[in-house]
Amino acid sequence: MRIGLEPRIERSAAVALLAPVVAVLLTLLAGAILFALLGHAPGAALYAFFISPIDSRYGLGELGVKAAPLVLIALGLAFGFRAGVWNIGAEGQFTLGAICGGGIALFLPDVGAPWLFPLMLLAGVLGGMLWAAIPALLKARFEVNEILTSLMLSYVALLLLSTLVHGPWKDPEGFGFPQSRLFPEAATAPLVLAGTRLHLGALVALLAVPVAWVVERRALGAFGARVAGLAPAAARYAGFRRPRVIWAAMLISGGLAGLAGVFEVAGPIGQLVPRISPGYGFTAIIVAFLGRLHPAGVLLAGLVVALSYIGAENAQIEAGLPQAVGGVFQGMLLFFLLGCEVFARYRLRVYPARRRA
Amino acid sequence: MDPLTAVLASIIAAATPLLLAAAGELVVERSGVLNLGVEGMMLTGAIAAFATATTSGNPHLGILAAALAGALLALLFGLLTLTLLANQVASGLALTIFGVGLSSLLGAGFVGVPGERLPRLDIPGLSAWPLVGPVLFRHDILVYLGLLLPPGLALFLRRTRAGRILRACGENADAAHALGHPVIRVRYLALLFGGATSGLAGAFLSLSYTPLWIEEMTAGRGWIALALVVFASWSPWRLLLGAWLFGGVTILELHAQGLGLVAVPAQVLSMLPYLATIAVLLVIARSGRLRAPACLGRPFHPPV
Repeated sequence: MRIGLEPRIERSAAVALLAPVVAVLLTLLAGAILFALLGHAPGAALYAFFISPIDSRYGLGELGVKAAPLVLIALGLAFGFRAGVWNIGAEGQFTLGAICGGGIALFLPDVGAPWLFPLMLLAGVLGGMLWAAIPALLKARFEVNEILTSLMLSYVALLLLSTLVHGPWKDPEGFGFPQSRLFPEAATAPLVLAGTRLHLGALVALLAVPVAWVVERRALGAFGARVAGLAPAAARYAGFRRPRVIWAAMLISGGLAGLAGVFEVAGPIGQLVPRISPGYGFTAIIVAFLGRLHPAGVLLAGLVVALSYIGAENAQIEAGLPQAVGGVFQGMLLFFLLGCEVFARYRLRVYPARRRA
Repeated sequence: MDPLTAVLASIIAAATPLLLAAAGELVVERSGVLNLGVEGMMLTGAIAAFATATTSGNPHLGILAAALAGALLALLFGLLTLTLLANQVASGLALTIFGVGLSSLLGAGFVGVPGERLPRLDIPGLSAWPLVGPVLFRHDILVYLGLLLPPGLALFLRRTRAGRILRACGENADAAHALGHPVIRVRYLALLFGGATSGLAGAFLSLSYTPLWIEEMTAGRGWIALALVVFASWSPWRLLLGAWLFGGVTILELHAQGLGLVAVPAQVLSMLPYLATIAVLLVIARSGRLRAPACLGRPFHPPV
């Protein structure tokens, strides 16, 4: 007897929808085991990780603060992943967005309200697009693998930010700390919920979800992108040009990552510092997949994954768990998801024993 | 040691983690699998080696632990992509994210702990030669292993039956299956090998290169190793060339900083390896010499 996978004739929509839910449950189960192994009571640790961080108004606000960049970035990535364009460098595009938007806040403060902030957002989007344009150009013109180039550029962007805040952009009155001056009042993201740190970026992320949905469904470009990802040859026959799809996917995802970056420095951080992201650009990859590359799914997934960030912080404070547990959770979540998704395309089958001839 | 000899010897050392990881990934990719989790496996190998070496006091046990840890993560990747036919790109990214998290979780108690350094192993006779001796033959065991891998792999892939079967699985999995070769098993073995060498690459970092545990100490070397495989056009010999080139860039960065040769901030110099990677990928793509294994990244589902 042998157990094997048998391809389904049609992709099972039910299993495809269920897979993320099962993956979350399996991650919780594995997490409980992990906590037990680390010598913590699993129940209390899970509570500290997943429940107590969001049992207050402030906690819910924090969830939104963390989910906003994840959702913004993942919406763009999902678009690209569907088109078979693997932008792995969102972390770098996020950073460039923060640098460009932050630069406006630091050097053009005289613009003042109400135009300074929109100008920063614009600069952030353009910065993210610019950084994504490099792998796009290399891929579209020279067939250079965009996974590697976009990722290498992430390291370059982080070093660029570090150069700036250690050198020319350092606050002269900052007691030597590597950080820029605080942004002026007109350059900070307005808060949207009293008593929390929830800022305009969360609303923008929320609004971006239906926009992405409509764009995806209606725009011919998105149709082309989807076909190009699923069946490159068919897309070519239908007249969709691959370079155009690459450019669209890269610029959209880069621009959204840049937007997330400028919101992060104009919102919760309020200045430029060497480390502005706990890996949002990479974690957004998980969000995109967990959301099944669909805008509505991305929103839900963004909230779930955001919880892994604030959960890890809270579990460190309340239960003394190392904060790195959050990263392990995120990795496990993606593993389980990818494993579960297989069963939308295949079913388990038990084959009778083969006779040896 | 005169400066030239010292620089050449340090290039050989700096190239070692890239060489180890890239050699393993080359075998994996020649079997038709794309494992983007090298960075994660390297980091897990680095902490496994460091934790084992400092608790046991024996760096050689650390090497063993690193290879095992890397292979274990590769097994996980195989389970997902070979048995469950999950997307290889996504699974590789998951492996890296998981490896980064796992290593910093395991390493939480080892930050700032003094490490065990892998002993230097001078090759008798050869190490006394002028220039060549100090450059090539006064290193530790992992450096020698890295240097032996390219020629060993070239021999294995070209001259042995197993090597040919492995290449067949990467070029045309269906044909290899039809001929009765166990495609999935071959790919599992290739993955285990790649995981083990990635783990060793991490071990070199935490036991020899900078005998310390620092979070995310691989600093993208796993990704550079992936780029090296492309640069080498999947040929073991050119891997050696690429690894030395990148070792050279790293050393250039270090020495330029140390000697204050150039008036640019340290961070700008640190960008060099990443920018060099992009430049090299562009040059190799324009030269049109790329020839990836035909089945690279495609899942194989054996017909029943």
